[in-house]
This record gives sequence, C-alpha cells and structure tokens, in this order.
Amino acid sequence: MTELTNELVLRMYRTMYTIRKFEETVSERAGMAMIPGFMIHLYVGQEAVATGVCAALREDDYMVSTHRGHGHLIAKGAAPDRMMAELQGKETGYCRGRGGSMHITSVEVGGLGANGIVGAGLVIAPGAALSAKLRGTDQVTVCFFGDGASNQGTFHEGLNLASLWKLPVVFVCENNGYGFSTPQDKHQPIDRISKRAASYDMPGITVDGNDVLEVYLAACWAVERARKGEGPTLIEAVTLRWHGHYEDDDDEYRSAEEKAEFPKHCPIERLERDCIERGWASTSQLERIRSEVDKEIEKACEFADESPEPSPDEDPALIFSGGDR
Amino acid sequence: MAEATQSETRNLAYFEAIRLALKEELELDPTVILMGEDIRYSIFGPTRDLHLEVDERRVLDTPITESAFVGAAVGAAMTGLRPVVEIMFADFITVCMDQIINQAAKIRFMTGGQVKVPLVVRAPGGYLNSSAAQHSQSLEALFMHVPGLKICLPSNPVDAKGLLKSAIRDDDPVLFFEHKALYFSSDDVPLDPQFTVPLGQAAVVREGSDVTVFAVSGMVSSALSAANSLAREGIEVEVIDPRTLVPLDKPTLLDSVRKTGRLVTVEEGCLTGGVGAEISALVTSEAWDDLKGPVVRVASRDQPIPFSPVLEAACAPTTQDIAGAVRKCLGKA
Ligand SMILES: Cc1ncc(C[n+]2csc(CCOP(=O)(O)OP(=O)(O)O)c2C)c(N)n1
Ligand SMILES: [Mg+2]
Repeated sequence: MTELTNELVLRMYRTMYTIRKFEETVSERAGMAMIPGFMIHLYVGQEAVATGVCAALREDDYMVSTHRGHGHLIAKGAAPDRMMAELQGKETGYCRGRGGSMHITSVEVGGLGANGIVGAGLVIAPGAALSAKLRGTDQVTVCFFGDGASNQGTFHEGLNLASLWKLPVVFVCENNGYGFSTPQDKHQPIDRISKRAASYDMPGITVDGNDVLEVYLAACWAVERARKGEGPTLIEAVTLRWHGHYEDDDDEYRSAEEKAEFPKHCPIERLERDCIERGWASTSQLERIRSEVDKEIEKACEFADESPEPSPDEDPALIFSGGDR
Repeated sequence: MAEATQSETRNLAYFEAIRLALKEELELDPTVILMGEDIRYSIFGPTRDLHLEVDERRVLDTPITESAFVGAAVGAAMTGLRPVVEIMFADFITVCMDQIINQAAKIRFMTGGQVKVPLVVRAPGGYLNSSAAQHSQSLEALFMHVPGLKICLPSNPVDAKGLLKSAIRDDDPVLFFEHKALYFSSDDVPLDPQFTVPLGQAAVVREGSDVTVFAVSGMVSSALSAANSLAREGIEVEVIDPRTLVPLDKPTLLDSVRKTGRLVTVEEGCLTGGVGAEISALVTSEAWDDLKGPVVRVASRDQPIPFSPVLEAACAPTTQDIAGAVRKCLGKA
C-alpha cells in the first residue's frame, strides 16, 4: 500500500487541486455573499495534510474533522457538488442545509463531523475507534485537529484514553502555527507538538505538512499500526494557513512579509515538481487533471445554485430519530 | 483630558461601551484582570488592543482552554483579584461548565462564607447571520437554574457599560451575556467613570396599559418594534427589559402586570425550560388575581439552531411573532 505508483500520486494531485479549487471558489462566493454565515474557515495551503492522510485510509475508515473541515471531507471522498450545496444552505447539501461550513460532513464516506467546538473531536475519535474494536472490525479512525486544539483538555484526555485502551486512532495535528490570532509560541511552551505523545506512551512524529508524499508515508505507517491493534499514533504535520482564520478575518496579526512567503511552500506546486522530476507525470497530464477539476467545481456550483432551499417546516426526525431497538 | 462631568456622553457602539467599561475598571482597580482567547485581537472588538492602553500584564491572551482559564479565574477571584474572562462565543461555555456551576457558584456557600468569588464571565450569545448550531445559542436559562450565579443581559450600549461596571464591582460570580447582533448598535453613553447600572433593576422601556411584554437582550428592540406597530391598532404595550435575570426585579414586573393584567415573555433561547417559563410561573403565582388571561411565551423553536438562512429565520422569534402573541394574549387572534 505504501508504494508510490503513478496512479496513486496522480490521485493525490487531483485531490489536492480539487481542495484548492473548491476553497478558492468558496472564498469568491463568500465574497459575493452567496454563502451564508461569516465563519468560513478555508483549507488553502494545508491540502497536503488531508490528502496524504486520507490516501492511506480505506473507504470504511472513520474521519473526525474540525471547523476547518472542507479539505478533510474532499480528501475522504465527498462530492464537491453536495458540499457546495451544503455551504449554500441547500436541501441537497450533505447535511440538508442544517450544518453549513462548520458542521459539514458525509457519513457515507466515513465522516463523523466537522466541529464548531475546538478540541471536541479529540474525544469523539477514540469512541469511534472503541466501537470498531468492540464490533470486531479493523476500521481505523483518523482525528484531525489544530495546534490550538492541542491545548484543550480533550487533547490530553483523548490521547490518554486511546493509548490506555490501545485504540486504532491516528491523531493528526495540523500545526499551521496559529490558533486564530495567537502564534504557537504564545499558546504553548513547546515547539514540537509530537513531543506530547511521549506522555501517553505512543509514537509521535513530525512531518512536513506541505509535502504530501511525506505525510502519506507517515500516515501509512500509523494506519497500519492502528489496524494491527498496536494502538494510536500522533502525527504532527507542519503547514501554513494561507487565508485569514475565517473569510471575514482581516488577518492583521500576520505581516505582509510573512504572508508573502506562503506561496513558496505551495504543496501543489511541490508535487508538480516531484511529478516531473521523478517522471510520474508530464505537465500536460497535470494540466488535464486541473481542467477536469475546474469543470467539476463549475458543475458543483451549478448544482448548488439550482438546488432548492429547505422547507421552513422543520423535519422533526432531525431532532429525535424517533426510532428504537 | 478633563475629568468627565456627570452629564457628559459620547455616541458609542455597544462593543465600544463594553471596552470603555473594561478600560475604566482596569484603571480604577489594579486587581481587575482580563483573560480569554484572542482578546487582544478581539473578533467583535470589546477588548481589542486594550493591553496597549493599560498594564499589559492584566490583559492576557490564553490558549484555547476554557476550563483552564475560567478555573484559573475562580482561583484568582478567591485570592484577591477580580478577573473578567471572555468566552469567545457563549456556546463554548459548556466546555467550562464545571468551573462555573460546581466551583464558582458554590464556593462561597460551601466554605461557609469564608471566601467570595468576584468573577465576571463575558460571553456573546444570540443569533447572527447563520452562525449555526454551536455559535448561536442563548443559554441564560440554563444558568438561572443554578443558585449562586448572577446573570446580566444588556440590550443597549448604556446598559452594557453600566451593568458591566456593576458586575465587575460585584463580589459574586456574574455571567454577562452580550449579544453578537448588538455589537454595532450605538447610543449616547455616559462617560462618567462612576456611572453604573445597578444589578436587579429592570427598565420600563415603553409604557403601556394593555399588555406587559417582558423581553430579554436582543429581543428588547424587537418588542419595541412590535409595540409600535400594535399602537397603530390601538393596542398599548408596556415593554420591560429586566437587564438582569438574577437578581430579578420582581416589583417592576409585578407592578406592570397588575396594571395591564396580561403578560407576554420574549427571549431568543428555546421555549422549553426557558426564561419565560420561570417568569410565567412567578407571575401566575404572585399576581394571579390580576391576570386577565394566560401568559404567552415567545421563544426559539425547541431545536438546534439551523445554518440555512430560511430555517434560521423560521427558528428565531420575530417581531411578527411578538405582535401575534400580544394579540393572542388579548384574545384577538
Ligand atoms: C471551545 C472553543 N473555543 C474557541 C473557539 C473559537 N475558535 C475557533 S477556531 C479557533 C482556533 C483554532 O486553532 P487551531 O486548533 O490551531 O486550528 P486552525 O484554526 O489553525 O485550523 C478558535 C479559538 C471554538 N470554536 N471552540
Ligand atoms: Mg492552527
């Protein structure tokens, strides 16, 4: 599985580019007030993390996401059209317009929720892993979270529980250097978050989160450990958030010089270079992928625009399932 | 700058009025400290750059650890400081519920009165532009159920300043619920650093003889709009803004109901177990003989708050809902 075939590399390229194109389109649409809400947290710059991690997963593996969840969900296999519809509050969206950006998820692809509460997923993930273990499946649960979230009590509680019970979880910390306006050195006294794994007696590694291949290889190793019953792993992927914390954020706490550096670390361009250098693909192949994705996102927008609004009479089955055993 | 005189005012937005109250109290009392996530940057503005204007050691950005910094505020309050902490969105208060409900609210009692806990928890609640299920809630009713906590809900810039100053000076834990949709509303705010609005004093914001409308926080302005349109139908509504739910100004409420004989309650939290339920029970037991009909409650639907603008609008109480409730209360619907 860890073998880097042409097909796999191009699939990852397509995923990263899909995320980028989707997010840039969301940003545009948010600017035109086509997307309700003001807390739209985009994944631009971080594409390699979700892509590399999810490429190491099976379709039936679980994925616990965050407030910055669009990229995670695309990487796990969700369809951009139903995602765009959700972001526009339409009935055809994955959550029927009830969730929106911060709660977008698709259970059919293994998503267990984006989250508006920072750190909440860190204790939900061990539960999904416990469930897989008790049901006798070998499903693995991946849990994404940020550097800011690594200070919540739930980080410590979740890692402890997962390690104590040897649960099949892969904790993936996306260290983009900021929790909202607060730089990492102002929110925690350590530089490498992976160090914290030692407290819970699990392996902790730091990878370049702008290098999808490095992320992928680390994820394969952690997923395999989890699947074999060897317990959880903490992967810290160091990356960059290119946009403001959310689309309405003026991002004044980061200097123009700092922001000008971001594109130099573009994970997509990096994979393009790798592809050419290592002969995985030609520029025209990559170009073809990009234009296919462009069309797909265009169609996703049309689908979202043409979809109906939900009916204002709330469906009671969304509050209680009404079922029983 | 000259000392502000008793009557000087300035037109300030709600967030600026809060900022002014915080700044004045930080300057007046060296034991006041602020803590919260990204407060120096401050999404809505009430604490933005305050650290540049006062002793910066007393304006602390914290990691994302609500339970740690609210707990730390309890400890600091027990030992001589007056912490004012910010929960970025009121919804996140659930993350530090133990520190508020089991610790802050009970410590004075449990220690037989040996300590006091002069703590203020500021938290913006309410609907704002499809903020969805975890960033829109009005949770004040949950805390009314916990003896030991005071609850403020300023509905305008003047009360925001005056109540916050009283809350900071108060020796007990106070939950101070701001409203996200009010941050940019403005009014002439007194500049006198000794101006306060006492806790436990309701405001009769409109006088009327036919129906009393008890409206909370962001719903006060909706109640006033409803009252103005009802006036054109010949219905005179009295609007009461409690300003604090704990302590509650019972005399003002009961006097009004004795006069009008009718009561409508309005809040943004959901209906079941809401503020209106408690107010209704209070009024029916203490002013039964004066009531001419059943109390009518206006509140959000009993459901998580949806993202879709269409659904959000259907979930939230509106001016039309309030007007409809008043007519119903008068037997005209
Ligand atoms: C419990 C809680 N506290 C605070 C917030 C507000 N908030 C949302 S995202 C965020 C920063 C998160 O930083 P990090 O975990 O590093 O993720 P990033 O945004 O960088 O992806 C904050 C403070 C929240 N949503 N939930
Ligand atoms: Mg971060």
